[in-house]
Amino acid sequence: MSELIKLVNVSYTYPNNAVPALKNLNLTINQGEWVAMIGHNGSGKSTFAKLLNYLLAADSGDITIAGVKVEPDNLWTIRDLVGMVFQNPDNQFVGATVADDVAFGMENRGIDRATMLERVQEVLKLVKMTDFVDREPARLSGGQKQRVAIASVLAIQPQVLILDEATAMLDPQGRREMIAIVRELKARMGADLTVISITHDIEEAASADRVLVLDDGSLINSGRPAEIFADAAILREHGLAVPFAEELKAQLAQRGIAVPTEYLTMEGMVAWLWQSISKK
Amino acid sequence: MFNNMIIGRYMPGNSWIHRLDARVKLMLSVFFVLAVFIANSVVGYIIAIVFAALVIQLTGLGVRVFAKGLQPLMWLMLFTVGLQILFIKTGHVWFQWGFLSITSDGLTNGVAIFVRFTLIIFFSTVLTLTTPPLGVADALEVLMQPLKVIKVPVDDLALMVSIALRFVPTLMDEAETIMNAQRARGVEFNEGSIVKRVRAYVPLLIPLFVNAIKRAIELGDAMEARGYRGGTQRTKYRVLTWHTQDTVAMLGFLAFALVLILVRVMGW
Repeated sequence: MSELIKLVNVSYTYPNNAVPALKNLNLTINQGEWVAMIGHNGSGKSTFAKLLNYLLAADSGDITIAGVKVEPDNLWTIRDLVGMVFQNPDNQFVGATVADDVAFGMENRGIDRATMLERVQEVLKLVKMTDFVDREPARLSGGQKQRVAIASVLAIQPQVLILDEATAMLDPQGRREMIAIVRELKARMGADLTVISITHDIEEAASADRVLVLDDGSLINSGRPAEIFADAAILREHGLAVPFAEELKAQLAQRGIAVPTEYLTMEGMVAWLWQSISKK
Repeated sequence: MFNNMIIGRYMPGNSWIHRLDARVKLMLSVFFVLAVFIANSVVGYIIAIVFAALVIQLTGLGVRVFAKGLQPLMWLMLFTVGLQILFIKTGHVWFQWGFLSITSDGLTNGVAIFVRFTLIIFFSTVLTLTTPPLGVADALEVLMQPLKVIKVPVDDLALMVSIALRFVPTLMDEAETIMNAQRARGVEFNEGSIVKRVRAYVPLLIPLFVNAIKRAIELGDAMEARGYRGGTQRTKYRVLTWHTQDTVAMLGFLAFALVLILVRVMGW
């Protein structure tokens, strides 16, 4: 797989703030990869997302996306390459109706109307919102609004989709639906779409190909979800939630039951429990 | 609290008027107000009333809806009409008490003003009742295009109007949530003296204002991330199309205006 995003020694400090939000970050993300970034509040996750899109300008270091350097001269190229879904479903809904919102990014790029009409239908179908074309945002649920937000990003056909805590304000069902949609999209588009999901949600992170752990602006761990989640102690140390299966394992170990040391998903844990009970 | 307000409210429907182009409706509403002032005789007013009645009939919403829109303005109308009747001193005097007098001219003027008021309110509610707010905003944008010549940022204004409209229900919901949250903490709205009431609204207004600023910052980020770079060179997803019925409406209005002018010139 080829490199798509490359960060070399990137640092950023917010104005009027002594502590840097990101410190000497070095990172590469491959084409078509699905990366989850986790970290407690204030660990620099959202800053990272905004740097990729030039919503914030790095103090030092270089960011390259698909060979294009992130700098003011390439601003619009970068924004064509990177699409972003933010946390609050209400505050990123620009259009007066679903169709208007999806078309907003295309209008900005001067795409002709015939193409817009076609593509609005196309992307709404991808996120299963075709029946809601003329709905106003006030009449949609949070999860539906976030699906529209994904659709409006897809309409500009970016290479990178950044989900900046996009499921944080949703109810459990909306959250599951959204992860399912992203999973489906990823399966359909494969290497054409690179997903960076910034999240607190373990379930969402577990769907990714790779998990990055950020703490106080530095990258402290990176690996497959199974590797990262197997070490519950480190996760706790950095103020992160532990997957339910790991929590269960820890509680069982406390009661003197021998548990497997490798990471298990919920299904894996259930299978292991069945096995160990039927062996008795 | 906004339940009985009919002004500015949109009532979905599929009548002939509903399907008219928003630009036509907006222009004709403005022209109608001007046309009403052409009428100055009984014949003229009857023609204007018949025309307005015809238009109301075409909206398919029923006169009652329109009459309800009149209610909040009733006192203003009665007040103006009252002033006209009591303070006009020309014409045949029927009743005199100190400086107040009721004269034939005063009465006719009062009635004329009442009729004008009613007609203008009825006709302008036709626009808002049959056109979704977005349609009105789109129409405004198109009709403001000539202002570009004198450097008015029409595209930016249009975007501001459409964002404002889109956030009205969101902010209303938020205001209600904050109000309930403050009530739960013991703030009493609508009780006590005027000063007390006004002060009770501070815990509502400040959070609402702060949140609006937060929203604006986030919305700005989202717009930029989606490639917004000012009003120029944008294409439009939403377009207004001119149909034959729009031409028919324009011609119909023109005929009505010409008749009014004729009536006035001939002095009927």
